[in-house]
Amino acid sequence: MSGKRLNLFAIFWGVAALLYFFLPIYGTFDFSLRMERGVLGFKAYQLVFADPRFWQGFRYSFTMAIITIAISVSIFVPTVYWMYLKVPQARPVMDVITILPFIIPGIVLVFGLIRTFSRPPLQLTLRGWSTDILMIAGYIIISMPYMFRAVDVGMRAIDVRTLTEAAQSLGSSWFQVLTDVIIPNLRIAILSGSLIAFATVMGELILADFLVRPALGPYMVRIGLTKAYEPAALAIISYSLTWFSLGLLNYFSSRNQRQQRQVTEE
Amino acid sequence: MSQESATPPRKAWREHPLWNWVGFLPFFLFIFIFLILPSLNLFTGAFTNQDGEFTLANMNILSNPFTLKSYIVSLQVSAITAIVGGLFGFFVAYSITHGGAPRWMRTLISTFSGLAANFGGVPLAFSFIATLGQLGFITVFLKGICFAGADGAEVCPFNPYDYGFTLYSMWGIVLAYTYFQFPLMILTITPALEGLRNEWREAATNMGATPFQYWRDVALPVLMPSILGAMLLLFGNAFGAYATARALTGGSIYLIPIAIGQQIRGDVLGNPNEGYALAFGMVIVMSIAIVAYTLLQKQASRWTKS
Repeated sequence: MSGKRLNLFAIFWGVAALLYFFLPIYGTFDFSLRMERGVLGFKAYQLVFADPRFWQGFRYSFTMAIITIAISVSIFVPTVYWMYLKVPQARPVMDVITILPFIIPGIVLVFGLIRTFSRPPLQLTLRGWSTDILMIAGYIIISMPYMFRAVDVGMRAIDVRTLTEAAQSLGSSWFQVLTDVIIPNLRIAILSGSLIAFATVMGELILADFLVRPALGPYMVRIGLTKAYEPAALAIISYSLTWFSLGLLNYFSSRNQRQQRQVTEE
Repeated sequence: MSQESATPPRKAWREHPLWNWVGFLPFFLFIFIFLILPSLNLFTGAFTNQDGEFTLANMNILSNPFTLKSYIVSLQVSAITAIVGGLFGFFVAYSITHGGAPRWMRTLISTFSGLAANFGGVPLAFSFIATLGQLGFITVFLKGICFAGADGAEVCPFNPYDYGFTLYSMWGIVLAYTYFQFPLMILTITPALEGLRNEWREAATNMGATPFQYWRDVALPVLMPSILGAMLLLFGNAFGAYATARALTGGSIYLIPIAIGQQIRGDVLGNPNEGYALAFGMVIVMSIAIVAYTLLQKQASRWTKS
């Protein structure tokens, strides 16, 4: 095969992929601007932003995302640290456990949660705040594969044992090693896990839908059933949120790489 | 696990090898309460009757036309999007690794694959409605292509809705799922393609192999475990997806996750235990897909290591 033909082949598939990526996004944006007949405008966005239920859903999902991230990080950082430091042979077990959320889909997870926690002794579904415990637990489980992977990759890049021994020989306690030495070295890893968890929680539907909590996902489905143009605006808002999170991540991790390169070059 | 017999008898209990596992307690406890226990509960529910006695009668769901059809459509959608999305993703990934696509195109595609593989959900359904729904811009564009027919009347032969297409059906789901399937394929298969060394092609060519022979005897055997594994991952990914189908069809399509959703809301099967069996069957299919993926990935990893 000549190089030129191969190039055409590559360009054909590349263009096809880009069209598949961008046509639906373009279509959504275009549609979201057409609420008023004959002019392009942001009317649909104005209506969404003027809807108190949108802000209620946004606040609720945002709060859930922050709590999820806080608990998830404080579970996974010590656990993975412990695995690296004390029990490296636990890795196969951890690998299997953290892949379980892929095997048990969200709909099955929520089914199991409802069956388990809607009856004594652990009846959590009676009140809003106790249902929120289930929501957060579910979010932590759903984002676990990403959070674990991110912390794992970050931990692999630093020499956990040497850092710990150095800090301990200077008199640090186990907890101080974690907060003052390990976590500062894991900033990018934690940030990357957190941003993916954030994007996951903000877009999640199943848990909130079946546990009947006022999150953004069920709100979007309801708007989708009753309105024509607002859903498109909501989709664009939702994409912007995802892109913003992942763009932020990209920015920080490339800045970090640049800094590290500078340090090694000096 | 480490051998306990290796521990000298007079050591403090803190140095017992099992003590090392104590650090995992919070994590294991959390996983047990919120993941293992709920799953076990479904599992036992699937094999008991309403009085709590062991039974296999719940497997009857497979003779129920509603659940049987849901399983079949779910398997079809997952298989079609895994194969079509997988092949599409493979060609794109090949184009950006070995095919000589321009640099800007490579950067753009790999960036967007990371984004689009995470898209899914409700917004994706809205995007496809805005693009290929009755009023979607591609539909409107195709509808607008009109000619004067033989008898002078105007004919507009390209409206997909005239040919029985509708977005709110299995084919709509397939189109929408492909949006996150092929980027996932690109992400999964790219490391394997990067492991495919140019020297192998050169060596094969030097020995007189045609491109066809190179693909049949060198490239495909090396890539096969990765390709199959990635397609299984795609299969599982589509099989478990719920939100897009729910938002696209309003829950009016036969799919296993939708059927389970209806069962949670209102016991449409009339027997909660059959609902648990339904969910249990889903976990079985997912386990097969994910375990096979993991095994194939392991087999493929000997080529991806440099």
